[in-house]
Amino acid sequence: MYRYDEFDHAFVAERVSQFRDQVGRRLAGELEEDAFKPLRLMNGVYLQLHAYMLRVAIPYGTLSSKQMRMLAHVARTYDRGYGHFTTRQNIQYNWPSLKDTPDILADLATVEMHAIQTSGNCIRNVTADHFAGVAADEVADPRPYAEILRQWSSVHPEFSFLPRKFKIAVTGAERDRAAIQVHDIGLHLKKDENGRLGFTVYVGGGQGRTPMIAKKIRDFLPEEDLLSYTTAIMRVYNLHGRRDNKYKARIKILVHETGAEELARQVEVEFAELQHTELKLPEADIQAITAYFAPPELPLRGEGWANLAAWKKADPEFANWVNQNVKPHKHPDYGMVTISLKPIGGIPGDASDAQMDLVADIAQEYAFDEIRVTHEQNLVLPQVALADLEAVYRGLASVGLVTANSGLITDIIACPGLDYCALANARSIPVAQEISRRFGSQERQQEIGELKIKISGCINACGHHHVGHIGLLGVEKKGEELYQITLGGSGDEHTSIGEIIGRGFEPDKVTDAIEKIVDTYLGLREGPSEIFLDAYRRVGAQPFKDALYGESPAKAA
Amino acid sequence: MADKVLTANRLSDGIAVWLDAAGNWAETLQSAFVARHAEAVSALEATGKVAFQDNKVVDVNVIDVEDVDGVLRPLRMRERIRADGPTIDYAPHYDVKRAQPLSA
Repeated sequence: MYRYDEFDHAFVAERVSQFRDQVGRRLAGELEEDAFKPLRLMNGVYLQLHAYMLRVAIPYGTLSSKQMRMLAHVARTYDRGYGHFTTRQNIQYNWPSLKDTPDILADLATVEMHAIQTSGNCIRNVTADHFAGVAADEVADPRPYAEILRQWSSVHPEFSFLPRKFKIAVTGAERDRAAIQVHDIGLHLKKDENGRLGFTVYVGGGQGRTPMIAKKIRDFLPEEDLLSYTTAIMRVYNLHGRRDNKYKARIKILVHETGAEELARQVEVEFAELQHTELKLPEADIQAITAYFAPPELPLRGEGWANLAAWKKADPEFANWVNQNVKPHKHPDYGMVTISLKPIGGIPGDASDAQMDLVADIAQEYAFDEIRVTHEQNLVLPQVALADLEAVYRGLASVGLVTANSGLITDIIACPGLDYCALANARSIPVAQEISRRFGSQERQQEIGELKIKISGCINACGHHHVGHIGLLGVEKKGEELYQITLGGSGDEHTSIGEIIGRGFEPDKVTDAIEKIVDTYLGLREGPSEIFLDAYRRVGAQPFKDALYGESPAKAA
Repeated sequence: MADKVLTANRLSDGIAVWLDAAGNWAETLQSAFVARHAEAVSALEATGKVAFQDNKVVDVNVIDVEDVDGVLRPLRMRERIRADGPTIDYAPHYDVKRAQPLSA
């Protein structure tokens, strides 16, 4: 993992000290809200319905045990005993006092964490494949490049007041687990025909009220040009991105209005100016950062194969969990373990302080001290010996963290919705809970197979509903909640935006509607290996419309 | 005209509060002073402005409520959730009323 150098420590400490002074002056009445609000937002402090909310950055979703313990400490000491992991691989606390926030940030700084750039019109937390560095299908670990981008973008003077927020994601595998095509910039790390590392560059993807799939503007960008080319994109956006209308200010609108070809040309013009400047990444610097992410030495643990087979035979629930939540690691004696934060009927993405502490302990003992946060609001232990899986399972089970549903219908993404969020129009969490309970049987989930439901409580789409195989968007209609259903969305290497299927459903009818969609799918699929998304792409929307609304065409709500 | 109350979030901790008849910011909607005519609403708005300027509260709003058998109920769901808290069992190990962990 990356470790702070002296500069990083001094910088974060200075920011904490500045913020302490700012909070002190605000509470003393020396700073007015209009002046203070942008300052608190720069430090991740929002005001929500019930209280302040603090969003803490977890760069590319990678955490050490020590950092996870600190997150538990913050939940226990300053909040109400839990935190909420987000689709940006961050964590949010829903109840901190403003007066406590400087102390929280000071505590976080002791483990090299902060909340800088988790809000505002700047470059936000750079996300990455949660299996980075360990996935069998990966060309190279994308996190060193995410870290380079993080360092470059942190309080970048030119890019701290962009037309709108800006999100970058990086993957190093053909199978896109980082949803790069719905990001402002998506980077796909790959090798060219000569074996050199570089990136395919996508620009202008995003969700929100105007969902767009990113356009590819570069087939192959050599790794040393990462910062000069990204700077070129940012300059074009900063110059031409709209500032007159916040709903049209994201780069996706600029790409759409300018045209990808013309935008790529403008970027190339800027890039030509920048390519041979100090932004060119020296090989030594790339190597130095990459060294921080060097994989641990994994001892041979071949005994795990036989042990695992015996344990699975003895305990069907353990076998279910392994089959669903453990994926192959580069090293055959190891696995990548997904810790589902989606208990049946639970709150997607929430973890208690006790759960966080326990995950930290297990990561330290069995997983080389490393934890990942996924954009699907789960946790991952990226490298666990098969021989240790049983002990890890027993440990996780003691705090209710062995739900065997990774990638299944109850593994639902949901934003906080109207239960917390000042922007929301409808609730997301209770809808997720009811769907989870309806489909909670292990046999039924497994029969249905891979199916991603994603729920947003407003058009800002924090719950990624546009790329859900089944997406739900909560709206307010005549003072009541109503849920629009979209089908066929996907956030992987074959990204698609879901299509609105028809008029919306009231809260007490939405789970029935999901069940009709699922039953329709089960009735028409060509076999268990044809997942919902593939079946939808084969047959289109009509059978689902017929099932939901009868034969007459339905109008969108 | 719908009945109205004045609500805000307390500056120091962000907790949702409502203005009561004594001019204090109460943590429960049921303590709120209800304005039932235009003059009273104007008074609420003026009080809200002053409280904001005095840096006691933020996000100050006059909201619509109805009186249902002596119990105040905001007309908008957003405000009902602000008054009652999240509609989910969000912190099972935490006693919200005592504002501290159950084990403490």
